[in-house]
Amino acid sequence: MSIDKTTTKQPSRYASRLAGARSGLFGIPLLAEALLLAAAVAAFYLFPYNLAFLTRILIMIVLVLSLDLILGIAGIATLGQAAMYGTGAYAAGLFAIHVWADPVAGLLAGAVAGAAMALVSGLLLMRSHGLTLIMLSIAVAQICAEIANKARPITGGADGLRGIRPDPILGMFEFDFVGRAGYFYALAVVIVIFALLRIIARSPFGLTLRGIQESPSRMRAIGTPVYWRLVSAYTLGGAIAGVAGALAAQVTQLVSLEAYSFNLSAEALIMLILGGTGRLYGAVIGAVVFMVVHHVAAAVDPFNWLFIIGAMVLGVVFFVPTGFLGLPLALQRLFGGRGHDDRA
Amino acid sequence: MMTGLRVRGLSKSFGGLRVAEGIDFDLPPGARKALIGPNGAGKSTFGNLVTGILSPTEGVIEFDGQNIARLNEAQRVRLGIAKTFQITTLFRHLTVRENIVLPIIERERRGARFWGRATAADHADEAQDLLAQFGLEELADRPVEALAYGQQRLIEMALTLALKPRVLILDEPAAGVPSGDSHLIVEAIERLPEDLAVLIIEHDMDLVFRVAQSIVVLVQGRILTEGTPDEISQDPRVREMYLGGAHAETGS
Repeated sequence: MSIDKTTTKQPSRYASRLAGARSGLFGIPLLAEALLLAAAVAAFYLFPYNLAFLTRILIMIVLVLSLDLILGIAGIATLGQAAMYGTGAYAAGLFAIHVWADPVAGLLAGAVAGAAMALVSGLLLMRSHGLTLIMLSIAVAQICAEIANKARPITGGADGLRGIRPDPILGMFEFDFVGRAGYFYALAVVIVIFALLRIIARSPFGLTLRGIQESPSRMRAIGTPVYWRLVSAYTLGGAIAGVAGALAAQVTQLVSLEAYSFNLSAEALIMLILGGTGRLYGAVIGAVVFMVVHHVAAAVDPFNWLFIIGAMVLGVVFFVPTGFLGLPLALQRLFGGRGHDDRA
Repeated sequence: MMTGLRVRGLSKSFGGLRVAEGIDFDLPPGARKALIGPNGAGKSTFGNLVTGILSPTEGVIEFDGQNIARLNEAQRVRLGIAKTFQITTLFRHLTVRENIVLPIIERERRGARFWGRATAADHADEAQDLLAQFGLEELADRPVEALAYGQQRLIEMALTLALKPRVLILDEPAAGVPSGDSHLIVEAIERLPEDLAVLIIEHDMDLVFRVAQSIVVLVQGRILTEGTPDEISQDPRVREMYLGGAHAETGS
């Protein structure tokens, strides 16, 4: 067996690594997570008057994370994530108004509703792929929006669902007017969802999803029920999107038809592409960059801010197709000339 | 009942085109059979019918006495019928180890597990042992796309063997492999477990005559003849139709 001797390296503990999810930044486990968490706490103190905006970023992170599971890991191309987000939002809102105003129970209600929507639509959607799947996923979200619009007595229609008054979080922390409790509540949810997805990404289930993205026919040939695996992934992603929607409903105490809007699905997709797919950090970084650029650009020029976003997407797609996560390697290649990572 | 694979009266047509017609075929445990025939004879179609990628128009496919003709591909794999692919369909962006771990996970029915590591020690150890059989253990951490084609063919075999099949169909295992490396494929086939039933679909006559105990010749979807390598190489119909006169000269 001829093996290129220069590139072989004895795997010391070969069980400890999984491609795409290295053990940590600079080899230090959880360093990246710690830095992100520190940044989130720092942001709280640095921008005390922008907590509503910062909380909105955290909610988008949860939504983009759900999309990363579906699109980045399982390779399901969809533009209808808002269907589950909106369903989670309405479910949490209605649950708080009519059943129980406990926030955590509301999140669960949102998760269950998002999962149910994903399961029902997924049974149809997962039979198609490519352009058909994208069109159908858009259609599902549009149908949801129209149902919410027509069901005015229940959802408030175009006026939005009002009167959501969540109880204190865990019975202790009241949602305050400035949004301090809401911020840390949302941050806690982001941490839980991120940790959950990390576990799933490296689990057998996660690896089979990557396998399906790479070669569904081969997965079938090794005995994988590909369709059901995809339905499970879509349902799980739907639950997480539902949590994002529920979080939005609780923090803003309002659910509008915007929760089902095509814009929301499209922006989540752009955030994921900006950050980099399939690696979870990309979802976090992409959401933060998009939201901040959007915020700043819209403040400077309320009419043409989309131009900046468009330029950014073009730049990333052309120069760093792997998203912002690929930037260090791309820069290394540009300046150092030897960034080719055969051994990374 | 360990009777292996038994095919009777297998036919398949696409519209008016009959690609398999009344095929009778047996592959008992431990067999080393080869399926040869000119291009378009229906060799790959036969392989796809047995593994369930295609469903037959007529006929019986039995495995250990059970009719499996109506089972789908995934169900047949779980019974132990596996096939390598003519063109490698490996998971190119995953590492070599992950490529071997995936079939192990599915064989153990752990594919739906949300918890634990996919490359947990038991999976990784088994993958490592399997890779070592093919001399590939040092490549375990590299993405498959970074490997040479010949190495990918070996991984293709290792991946399929990770399913611990009882019937193994090798669809052109040496296709595209540089002639200097084809001995690796032959050695890999010679090392296969003894009780495994192996069917080799192959163009490379050297390889077929080296590893097969028995050769089936397929022409236009029908079995022309079956026999030992000696009988086949003496058969005038085969010589004329397929070997072009002298198999001794076919070095390709």
